[in-house]
Amino acid sequence: MIEVEIISGRTIDQGKTVEEKLSEEYFKAVSYCEINETDFKKLGLKEGDRVKVKTEFGEVVVFAKIGELPRGVIFIPMGPYANQVISDDTDGTGMPRFKGVKGTVVKTEEDVKSVRELLGVE
Amino acid sequence: MDAVCTFCGNVCDDVEFDVNTQKGKRFCALGLAKFREKERIKSPMIDGKEASYEEAIEKAADILVSSKKPLLYGWASTVNEAIRYGVLLTEKVRGVYDQCASVCHAPGTLAVIEEGIPGGSLGAIKNRADVVIFWGSNPLEAHPRHPTRYSVMAKGFLINDRKDRKVIVVDVRKTKSAKMADKFIQIKPGYDYAIISALRALVKGEDIEANEVGGVPKEELAELADMMKNAKYGVILYGLGVTQSRGRDRNIENAVKLIQLLNRYARWIIWPMRGHYNVVGAGEVPAWEVGYQYAIDFSRGYPRFSPAEFSAVEMLLRRDCDAMLVVSSDPAAHFPRRAVEHMKNIPVIQIDPFPNMTTLLSNVVIPSAVAGIEAEGWAYRMDGIPLRVKKLVDSPYWSDEKILKEMLRIVEEKLEG
Repeated sequence: MIEVEIISGRTIDQGKTVEEKLSEEYFKAVSYCEINETDFKKLGLKEGDRVKVKTEFGEVVVFAKIGELPRGVIFIPMGPYANQVISDDTDGTGMPRFKGVKGTVVKTEEDVKSVRELLGVE
Repeated sequence: MDAVCTFCGNVCDDVEFDVNTQKGKRFCALGLAKFREKERIKSPMIDGKEASYEEAIEKAADILVSSKKPLLYGWASTVNEAIRYGVLLTEKVRGVYDQCASVCHAPGTLAVIEEGIPGGSLGAIKNRADVVIFWGSNPLEAHPRHPTRYSVMAKGFLINDRKDRKVIVVDVRKTKSAKMADKFIQIKPGYDYAIISALRALVKGEDIEANEVGGVPKEELAELADMMKNAKYGVILYGLGVTQSRGRDRNIENAVKLIQLLNRYARWIIWPMRGHYNVVGAGEVPAWEVGYQYAIDFSRGYPRFSPAEFSAVEMLLRRDCDAMLVVSSDPAAHFPRRAVEHMKNIPVIQIDPFPNMTTLLSNVVIPSAVAGIEAEGWAYRMDGIPLRVKKLVDSPYWSDEKILKEMLRIVEEKLEG
């Protein structure tokens, strides 16, 4: 397990599929996290493995990828997966903290949920 | 056919799209994906069963009229004409109007209320800017044509080519945009405020005691401050890296103060990189109708503004709304988990062209025409310039404007009756 700060944000693939949220392409575009290469190896991961990301606001299982990030920072594309773990506290501004939320990452054998399963509706 | 792109805040008005061949010219990957045909919500639906537009709108009006405090949310991906009916509808049903900027650039709105905005247009940036700083923004993935049309490679009156511009990217990760910059300054997450404060001190000619701030060595900050002071026309184009991390509105307030200070030495502006094609309109239209840009409550019969109470996320977290109308937006995908939970407990009405996660929670679903392809109207580009988006093809779907106009008419009838 490692301790991380979680960043979410736009990617080109998220943008391209944002109007097709129930599609496989959107699922692929938003259900992963990027991890620094050293951290990735430390967690014993190989490309395509899954990790569980946990914060005080929730937890989510996503696919793991190596990304160009500093150690201790992970990136999840903006969308339903990131939103399971980001901070819902808006400090009175209306704006949740979508970036810079402290949490942990651990390798897992659990499956990545579909967007329908995440939402809890079928 | 000549088209105007309705994806991001660039609202590119130089594109062409052929609806028959589904091919476009001059589009970026995002715009082309937007214009291409994709799965649609096929018919209006009430509780999962197909219905007519009239039946669905009647049911939606019933829900809005019978709720104590409905939340009417979204608006960033539709045209001003539809937004205007949305504001009037919210006032009629004594609900709360909130829009996508609430979880995007609204902290900048709060900062502007405090400090004003030393701003400028995309045209001014294209023609004059010799120092361009992208701070917490990643145009190559969020606004792909911004660098070529306006801010990096674009030629202008005083800018001959790329070499006449110094481009700096400030971010916590090395984004695609960082790779196009002359200089990339990598900062620690959540240290924007501290770094801006340090720059303010250095621009003023004061020393800072720390050797580094937010992961940036003092020498690098001093170099940046010097470059800023010596710009002919500088611009900070900030993104959600600044508004969605620690400090939020205070980060922008501090950045505006930095720009005010820089204007004692050089000409500088600051501007947000707005995301949806008409998210500016989703704030401007209520501002010209009732005085506020977002988080507007009409429950007392007059508009009140308070993001701590009336922003969508706060309303949902406190379970303070008993119905929700979602227009051209997908809060079920883009709100924090706990806020989405309350959407499952209340009746939700959706108006949107495409099925999304909010569709899965909605009791009434009303499909709409895609503005810019199947419907026309006015939209504000990210710098507040109004552009008319076009209708390229006839469609069986009603426009947002028509749906909301009809919904308002029926709501008025029900309230009077």
